[in-house]
Amino acid sequence: MRALGYQIGLIARRSLIRTARQPGTWIPPLTFPLMLMVVNSNGLRAATHLPGFPTKSFLAFFIPFSFLQGALFASGIAGTDLARDVDTGFLNRLALTPVRGAALLIGQIGGAVGLGSFQALVYLAIALLAGVHIAAGAGGALLILVLAVLVATGFGTLGLFIALKTGSGEGVQSTFPLLFFLLLISSMNLPRNLIEVGWFRVLATLNPVSYMIEAIRSLVLVGWDAQALALGFGFTLALIGISLLLAARQLRIRMART
Amino acid sequence: MGRADKQSRDAGIEVEGLVRRFKEVEAVAGIDISIPPGEIYGFLGPNGAGKSTTVHMLTTLLPPSAGRATVAGFDIVRQGPQVRATIGAALQEAALDPFLTGREHLRLGASLHGIRGERRKSLIARLLDRVGLTLAGDRKVRTYSGGMKRRLDLALALIHDPSILFLDEPTTGLDPQSRSALWEEVGRLARDEGVTVFLTTQYLEEADVLADRVGIIDHGRIVAEGTPAQLKAEIGKATVEVVPEQPGELEQLRALMRRFGEETAARPGAYAVQLNGKGDLPGVIRALDTEDVRAAEINLHQPTLDDVFLAKTGRSLEGAGE
Repeated sequence: MRALGYQIGLIARRSLIRTARQPGTWIPPLTFPLMLMVVNSNGLRAATHLPGFPTKSFLAFFIPFSFLQGALFASGIAGTDLARDVDTGFLNRLALTPVRGAALLIGQIGGAVGLGSFQALVYLAIALLAGVHIAAGAGGALLILVLAVLVATGFGTLGLFIALKTGSGEGVQSTFPLLFFLLLISSMNLPRNLIEVGWFRVLATLNPVSYMIEAIRSLVLVGWDAQALALGFGFTLALIGISLLLAARQLRIRMART
Repeated sequence: MGRADKQSRDAGIEVEGLVRRFKEVEAVAGIDISIPPGEIYGFLGPNGAGKSTTVHMLTTLLPPSAGRATVAGFDIVRQGPQVRATIGAALQEAALDPFLTGREHLRLGASLHGIRGERRKSLIARLLDRVGLTLAGDRKVRTYSGGMKRRLDLALALIHDPSILFLDEPTTGLDPQSRSALWEEVGRLARDEGVTVFLTTQYLEEADVLADRVGIIDHGRIVAEGTPAQLKAEIGKATVEVVPEQPGELEQLRALMRRFGEETAARPGAYAVQLNGKGDLPGVIRALDTEDVRAAEINLHQPTLDDVFLAKTGRSLEGAGE
């Protein structure tokens, strides 16, 4: 177990170094959600006048979306980096060492988790500076960070699965619009009970991303809402578990060492 | 020295009927190889002949479809981890991370092999020095030249002191200077440290200069095997080609040279014979002088591994994979 932890640390360290040394890959994922936050919190401010809208601050309502969007971008980084390892043969180099598959998978998402943590801290700091009040207090703010990092881990692991399945950076990039579509058909812009278009409300209700957003939103707007948190953490942990299983299966196929 | 370590040093590579199929395609079609410890074995063949597939199977990265093989005494299917612990490999295209430095690569490699602390530090310094990358060790790999990447690749393959080294086309794309530096290092490893080297190449000169024995593979089958000298001797004697100064003297030249051997292919305006043992190059020159045939050019062509490949497959190795 100690050896596994050591190997995870080595692979994660490499992943973090590599991510940090490619500013072109992490600056846009950090800044784009911020720009969207500024545009939407001003442009859609009128939505707060709708009867039943849970807050007078659209920024407070919208901020959870930024955490999700950042995590989604982080998944692209983890996936693209692993696809490059497959393509260049670096994965074969690692396969010739005593590294365990579990260490490879868990360590490989180190960059995505590191970036996800940094993004979450930046978004939270900006929200607080902009006057957003966290209803659940300091503990709630901490839980927001934890959930944001878990979401980044989940999407990061999904990125690894796609990279191992397709073996190419293009393959990873091509799935990005699909994942972004999941964000768009969620409750990102309106609470589900205020969505009047029937099919959209149904899709948003079926979409696990809605519950991840609503868990963070509940901590910002409501306080400690056990049901929202259980659903948010539940779907996030399910995403991590399923993605990890799929990625581990694909790794065994890709790294078919005897 | 532990039992496993001693076993790995005392054993080379044994391959029996190794096969690898990819759906309908038989990339490796049942090969047998026996390489004693400390030998440099050159695996020569055109692109797509099955060289890299063989290396992937022997390094445990690809399970064989049939047949068996042991590397350093360990079965490649049943004892994969033991095989990997005793081999080093530099596979086709230097597999490096452009965003890490040379030293960081070595640090990662050493750590994954369980080498830590001061031992790791001194090992990295020694390997960087050995491959001439001490000054460039802290530069990111994306700033390295092709030759530097290949040398780092070799250092990574040596990080855990392997007894068997697999080099898959290690000098492809390198300039002559880098190529000869790499040959020197590989030769030194086999000569001074007793490392068994399995080297795939499509360069005839590389196999000729470096390998103790050569196996020639084509369409997944070994078509010839032996020392470079043995293989060339199988082909026969040297060829002498003469270009007469006066093109009108070509018929006279032909009659003269037929005394020395069998006619063989020559450039336009030239005549060539494969020497039959009844004469040699000085004999040809004396005959030209006696019969007053002035030569513009005289070439002595010793048999090459390409001639061996041509004789065994009916094609020249140059462009055979196209």
